[in-house]
Amino acid sequence: MSTLVDYDDAVARFDPVIGIEVHVELGTRTKMFDGAPAGFGEEPNTSVTPVSLGLPGSLPVVNGTAVEYAIRIGLALNCQIAETCRFARKNYFYPDVPKNFQTSQYDEPIAFDGHVDVELEDGSIFRVEIERAHMEEDAGKNTHVGGSTGRIHGAEYSLVDYNRAGIPLVEIVTRPITGAGARAPEVARAYVQTLRDLFRALGVSEARMERGNVRADVNVSLRNTPQDALGTRTETKNVNSFRSVERAVRFEIGRQAGVLDEGGSIVQETRHWHEDTGTTTSGRIKSDAEDYRYFPEPDLVPIAPDRAWVEEIRASLPELPAARRRRLQGEWGYADAEMRDVVNAGAVELIEATVAGGTSPAAARKWWMGELARTAKQQEVELEALPITPAQIAALQKLVDDGRINDKLARQVLEGVLAGEGDPEAVVVARGLEVVSDDGPLLEAIDAALAAQPDIAEKIRSGNLGPVGAIIGAVMKATRGQADAGRVRELLLERVAQG
Amino acid sequence: MSDLTRISAATLAEKLSAGEVSSVEATQAHLDRITAVDGAVHAFLHVSADEALATAADVDQRRAAGEDLHALAGVPIAVKDVVVTKGLPTTAGSKILEGWVPPYDATLVERIKAAGLPILGKTNMDEFAMGSSTEHSAYGNTHNPWDLTRIPGGSGGGSAAAVAAYEAPLAIGTDTGGSIRQPGAVTGTVGVKPTYGSVSRYGLIAMASSLDQAGPVTRTVLDSALLHELIGGHDPLDSTSIAEPLPGLVAAARQGATGDLTGVRVGVIRELQGEGYQAGVLARFQESLAILEAAGATIVEVSCPHFEYALGAYYLIMPSEASSNLAKFDGMRFGLRVVPEDNPTAERVMSATRGQGFGDEVKRRIILGTYALSAGYYDAYYGSAQKVRTLIQRDFDAAFAQADVLVSPTAPTTAFKLGEKLDDPLAMYLNDVATIPANLAGVPGLSLPNGLSDDGLPVGFQVLAPAKADDRLYRVGAALEALLEKNWGGPLLSQAPELEVAR
Repeated sequence: MSTLVDYDDAVARFDPVIGIEVHVELGTRTKMFDGAPAGFGEEPNTSVTPVSLGLPGSLPVVNGTAVEYAIRIGLALNCQIAETCRFARKNYFYPDVPKNFQTSQYDEPIAFDGHVDVELEDGSIFRVEIERAHMEEDAGKNTHVGGSTGRIHGAEYSLVDYNRAGIPLVEIVTRPITGAGARAPEVARAYVQTLRDLFRALGVSEARMERGNVRADVNVSLRNTPQDALGTRTETKNVNSFRSVERAVRFEIGRQAGVLDEGGSIVQETRHWHEDTGTTTSGRIKSDAEDYRYFPEPDLVPIAPDRAWVEEIRASLPELPAARRRRLQGEWGYADAEMRDVVNAGAVELIEATVAGGTSPAAARKWWMGELARTAKQQEVELEALPITPAQIAALQKLVDDGRINDKLARQVLEGVLAGEGDPEAVVVARGLEVVSDDGPLLEAIDAALAAQPDIAEKIRSGNLGPVGAIIGAVMKATRGQADAGRVRELLLERVAQG
Repeated sequence: MSDLTRISAATLAEKLSAGEVSSVEATQAHLDRITAVDGAVHAFLHVSADEALATAADVDQRRAAGEDLHALAGVPIAVKDVVVTKGLPTTAGSKILEGWVPPYDATLVERIKAAGLPILGKTNMDEFAMGSSTEHSAYGNTHNPWDLTRIPGGSGGGSAAAVAAYEAPLAIGTDTGGSIRQPGAVTGTVGVKPTYGSVSRYGLIAMASSLDQAGPVTRTVLDSALLHELIGGHDPLDSTSIAEPLPGLVAAARQGATGDLTGVRVGVIRELQGEGYQAGVLARFQESLAILEAAGATIVEVSCPHFEYALGAYYLIMPSEASSNLAKFDGMRFGLRVVPEDNPTAERVMSATRGQGFGDEVKRRIILGTYALSAGYYDAYYGSAQKVRTLIQRDFDAAFAQADVLVSPTAPTTAFKLGEKLDDPLAMYLNDVATIPANLAGVPGLSLPNGLSDDGLPVGFQVLAPAKADDRLYRVGAALEALLEKNWGGPLLSQAPELEVAR
């Protein structure tokens, strides 16, 4: 095992080249080749038909919606859409593949030769060239029981759930991504995030990373200089979060630099990603990889998307994330850096919905990027996973704008909403947090505070307004923060003037 | 012996419709015949007497109630065991599926059930339809009713023998390279391979997806037309199914039965005769041509120069597709599972299951196909074979520009002895030399009996038509059948020796 080279050293000495394969599960109602529901979270082996179980005699029929979604993805990635294309069989034996071949597209993808512009954290744009986007079916899911690691090695037995078998996938393959240099990990992350946003905007997938709707395989190779031929690559499989994509690329760059530094050579192989340690380990050697014996799927006829239909789909594409962000930034009046932070925090939709609820863009940003961003960070969850809705934030801000609560109270209300105590209004009522607007109780509290601190009262009466804060503080404390401090000050000064 | 087993399906259907007999009587008569002769013939792997009689009783009741029934309602049928039948064991002649009961029906079975045809049982076949003699069945040989020491053809020897032995008036076959037509030829029965895509493949246990096609196995041309119309037509569950209505097949058969073929151009394929063909087979073929000519047809000779490569191309494409289609038989989800003693990993279970579950011919073809699809060999084998296929399709196109139908002997020889070619796969493969081109091109073909060879065994006459023109098969086939039977004074099968009836 060679030593890991420090990342900065690695990228100073080598030019990293990456390539990314992203699989997205399409959100179609039924599976790629049969009528079984393409749901999530059903009882094992219930969302199946003879086709998804690969029973003898069963035959596939292509899901037209999946083809449409694949075309949408292809168009959004600026790809050419094939005039005609075919499915092929990828033959290999594995229990989660019911037919022992996967029906996929091989040499005739539905979309090819595209590109997508990826925005990096500093606002610069990096263009990623797309080689192809093709359709295929997902495999079932294995559960290995009895081993310590959940991997097949050491397991006593394995269970297979075919609910996922046949879920439509689109696989998007980049051309080698060169010229990213030290920013290769960031580019990788931003690329996957850009695709995720795109899938959602296109409405082709829920694109939830934690459910495995979007899965990435990252290829990394190093070469001495950008003028050299591409080096031998490794493919790290199933890197399933944005952060992991960045970390995996970074780790592989350091690892490969270590191997090369010591005069070794990179083995072309697949590697496993370990989320816990942030490392990769050797998987299957590619040089003796299986021969998949691809051949055109004889049970299906070629897909020849009608040109008029393709143009119809193109015309119906929704506003894509990059354009939308530019539009929203203009509407909201955010500075470039502010908008980038909002994007990076995954708060665009949340702020948009909050603004739609009547909140000013500035206030919406203040909530989501302030208090809530801190809470999310503390709890190590995504912003959108917090148990609070944009509508609730809008309601909260309205309470502030109406003067019914102040900022300090608003934070308490927020805390209550996050704790599941209900909508802001309900929390205000339940916790009794409304600003005290009746002067009576305030005057009582002022009198009490003056009486309790006669020396300070005397100073104020003598025209020294320095210590008013102490009295106001006491009043605020007595009213548990529900007083409007400005009003307290007014009343206090009136009281003192009255003698 | 009941007369009900000797009449054609069309005649039986008329009697049922007229109320002269009940479906229960007809079904029972066939079940009795199976009991009487199937010990010797072994056409059936499974007899579903209870289910058949229940269907028959239901049809009788519905008929009594005045319901509008399908023309073939109540006529019993046998189904080749490669077609999945819900609730009835389906083995495809293989040990690897022993005991498997499918949870669903093939589309053609759904149509048979919907029309009210009692299913008598499942018929024997070469394992996964791989063979020309039914000797590759994992469940024993089927015997030719004309001579029990001879093969009934294959792979659908069970369906052909069942029909020839009067165990069923109708049967379903499947034809990938001749498995309906060649058994038809050697048992003196009629068999039709429809246009590819004409009958749904949904529920056919696939051997070679681009070649497989189900079709009728009967004793008369009209019966085949009736059955073809029942099982054929578009099925959305089969992507290769043709989304057009069938041409009028029964009408064509009835038209042909008048014996008038005026204006029909019959093309004789030069490459499918001569060397390798038995003298008696060629003699009957020439006689049939003379009959067609006398009926008004014009006989022309056509050349299909690439047919000589058909067998070679077929034995690359078929095993390639089969090697992939048969991958699913792995002991994981259904059928046989063999668990090795030590270290039973999934891979070892798959290997042991396939090792024990598949017979030699199946393994031979899986190995051939796996090799032909391998990286580095694909272009030379699978790729070249596909090019040959295109050339054969062009040969057909050119030939059909000159002729409305093409004709040839169905098989080069009459039925050979059981065991005679079992150890010589190439000799076995040659049986299908005349039938394979139709599968490669997707065109329809019909075989009907056209006499006995010098050895007293039946000979088959093949008619081929352009894709989607299956009606031409029936017109020409029915005409020849009518004229031959006029000469013979009855069906050829009536010349077959009576089988000894078990008591």
